[in-house]
Amino acid sequence: MAVVSKKVGEKNWVRRLWITFFLGPHLIGMLVFLVIPILASFVLSFAEWDLLTPARWLGLDNYAALLGSADFWDALKHTFYFIFGYLPLVLVLGLGLALLMNKNLRVRLVFRVAFFLPVVSAWVAVALLWKWLLNPRYGLVNWLLGLVGIEGPGWIFDPNWAMPSIILASVWKDLGFVMMILLAGLQGIAPDYYEAASLDGAAGFRMLRSITIPLLSPTIFFVVVISLVNSFQVFDQVYVMTAGGPAGSTQVLVGEIVNNAFRYSRFGYASAMSWVLFALIFIVTLVQLWLQKRMVHYQ
Amino acid sequence: MQAENHGKPMTYITSNPRTTNLASTLKIVRTVLVYLALVAAALFAVFPFLWMLSTSFKTASEVTTTSPTLFPANPTLANYAAIADAFPVWRILFNSVLVAVITTLAQLLFSAMAAFAFARIPFRGSGLLFVIYLATLMIPSQVTITPLFILMTGLGWVNTYQGLILPGAFSAFGVFLLRQSFLSFPKEYEEAANLDGASYWTVFLRLVLPLSGPSLATLTVLSFMSAWNSFLWPLFVTRDAEIMTLPVALATLQGRWTTQWNLVMAGAVLAVLPIITLYLCAQRYFVQGLTSGGLKG
Repeated sequence: MAVVSKKVGEKNWVRRLWITFFLGPHLIGMLVFLVIPILASFVLSFAEWDLLTPARWLGLDNYAALLGSADFWDALKHTFYFIFGYLPLVLVLGLGLALLMNKNLRVRLVFRVAFFLPVVSAWVAVALLWKWLLNPRYGLVNWLLGLVGIEGPGWIFDPNWAMPSIILASVWKDLGFVMMILLAGLQGIAPDYYEAASLDGAAGFRMLRSITIPLLSPTIFFVVVISLVNSFQVFDQVYVMTAGGPAGSTQVLVGEIVNNAFRYSRFGYASAMSWVLFALIFIVTLVQLWLQKRMVHYQ
Repeated sequence: MQAENHGKPMTYITSNPRTTNLASTLKIVRTVLVYLALVAAALFAVFPFLWMLSTSFKTASEVTTTSPTLFPANPTLANYAAIADAFPVWRILFNSVLVAVITTLAQLLFSAMAAFAFARIPFRGSGLLFVIYLATLMIPSQVTITPLFILMTGLGWVNTYQGLILPGAFSAFGVFLLRQSFLSFPKEYEEAANLDGASYWTVFLRLVLPLSGPSLATLTVLSFMSAWNSFLWPLFVTRDAEIMTLPVALATLQGRWTTQWNLVMAGAVLAVLPIITLYLCAQRYFVQGLTSGGLKG
């Protein structure tokens, strides 16, 4: 905590007035738009309310219904499918790019500008762009595949290829972000380690495995934590690219929440599901913090 | 950023001119390979945008062909005109700017004031309150979206600017970020100002804010970008085109012209052009803001 001394000769009520002035506006905003909705959502998750008929107390029924719902388990499965496809790809490619960018390049800035373009663009535009690129008939990707003699799949129209399409677009969008954070981590590694290792005859892959990766592990862990938290909440790209289809093959957790709340007006059930999502994120974060204590090397 | 070149091969401990020659040839080959890989990756990142742009100038028949062309054979602005006919484009752009600017200003002002109170004015319960603030960062936004929507319905704020803007105008993240920075500079400055009889407001405005440039820049970039690109909340709280932001309008446009990719891509160009222009003008702040914001958050 901050060591801040009181002002000399300051009256208590004056100070209280100042605190109210500085903290008040933000506190009211936080209460109305964040804290109260959080509490309300928790209460709502034990009730049934469609806004038209009076709310009805259900106890744990929403949670029980959820655990017995095939749609929920499917959505959970699809969310994990997304995570297990997206996370390793974006990490490995991001690390590869960061290692390339960490060389002594004169035009690094140009590359940085290029890699960051997808990061700053709105997901809706990016999702539409990929939907077009992956169009089975007229899309650029299948045309390019055709050039090398491969007949491209139906992508978002094929239940087997819809999720890989979403993963591909997501990796494309986030690669620059992951690369930049890993690059910042790489640049924080003291050169002495490399010098010592190269005197010992280490080079190439060996150097990467025994020096770079261990020393980069705090940054890698950090990237994994935020990417994972974000992946659990994957929605925008799914909504625009497939809307959960075809045949429900890409319906994710947030998609289920949104459908229940805004399509079926099952506000209580949707709230319960959002708390399950929170619990999942919370548990995964705790597990990661625990792993971090055991696995991460600090310089 | 410090030491940039430790990826470079280390000093070779050898005096044999032939090995040195071989080593330098290897070095050149390696540099060429690095550049080739980076150029390929950069193309992968940029080319889809060029494709988007090119498609937006094509005619319907040129889009539905199985042998696509890089440059439009008969470039046309008809797609953009069609969008301007169907959507109040300037109004939607204005809405996006308004939402992003007001959200950013509110985030900056209120977060900075609250952070100042947490960092610089001692009061009972300050620590506990701050912990509660931090706890809200753990809750995903989907948790609050249902009650917020009910609240907005109750207030009659669905399809209004205040309903669109206010829920995104307050977050614990900004307070957290700025408090860190306010705590980092020496107390002595402030004590000197106090002795001069300066009020908290003067200290805040004249001393604390000017010293926090980088953190304020980070928060500006993060707030602006997330407000500009925000989709889920605007999707549910807006009904009419008069109040929509660009991403929502773009999603609506896709629903209307499902298979007319030249039109959809023209819409996508309109949606990404402003933020990309802004990014190119202030790219240093964007990159710093996004990476350091990510690192601190």
